[in-house]
Amino acid sequence: MSILHTVNKSPFERNSLESCLKFASAGSAVLLIEDGVYAALAGSSAESLVKSGLDKVSVYVLGPDLKARGFREDRLIDGIQVVDYAGFVDLATEHDKLQAWL
Amino acid sequence: MSEVVKKFMYLNRKAPYGTIYAWESLEVVLIGAAFDQEVSLMFVDDGVYQLVKGQDTAGIGMKNFSPTYRTLGDYEVRYIYVDADSLAARGLTQDDLVAIAYEDMDTEEEIENIVEVVDAARVVELMDEADVVFSF
Repeated sequence: MSILHTVNKSPFERNSLESCLKFASAGSAVLLIEDGVYAALAGSSAESLVKSGLDKVSVYVLGPDLKARGFREDRLIDGIQVVDYAGFVDLATEHDKLQAWL
Repeated sequence: MSEVVKKFMYLNRKAPYGTIYAWESLEVVLIGAAFDQEVSLMFVDDGVYQLVKGQDTAGIGMKNFSPTYRTLGDYEVRYIYVDADSLAARGLTQDDLVAIAYEDMDTEEEIENIVEVVDAARVVELMDEADVVFSF
């Protein structure tokens, strides 16, 4: 069963992303939203965690949340894909279910 | 300016938008400007994200309060500190942050940017020196 996981917490404040990546099955998708988008930025101490996740799952980031926080797409870790709200809906429909990591 | 009574420090540790802390802190700082105190703001941990320039919240339907940081100098906020380790851990440098100008009303001295990146030892000193620390 394919799952879309959402993570809305900063990786520096909570372990939501870490747990998500630990328990997400290979081939599932992880969408970073709200404060979760900070994990998508290159050069941070969370980069190795995200990069190891990219070996197993697809990682997406919600563009409007990234832009709100002052970051452009050129700051992202390679391999992370940006989606807008319509893309969020597409991801939700493409997967069997959605699992939120709060 | 009247005699300084106390040193107020506002300690900011949360990212903007995800929670209400950043905005609430800003509101209290602006209200507190009415009291003639020596005010400093300290940004550590995810709080450093509050000062990131180029924030554009049009896409998320929330108020963009980041331009307000650039006006803090007009509200008698004289010192703004950013923890260097917190910046580095997030892959950020001072170039990613807004500049905040300050003009001393008495001496007319102008400072282009009062945002100062400091090391942990200096953060310790500054916290010790403060009479009151407000946490957000």
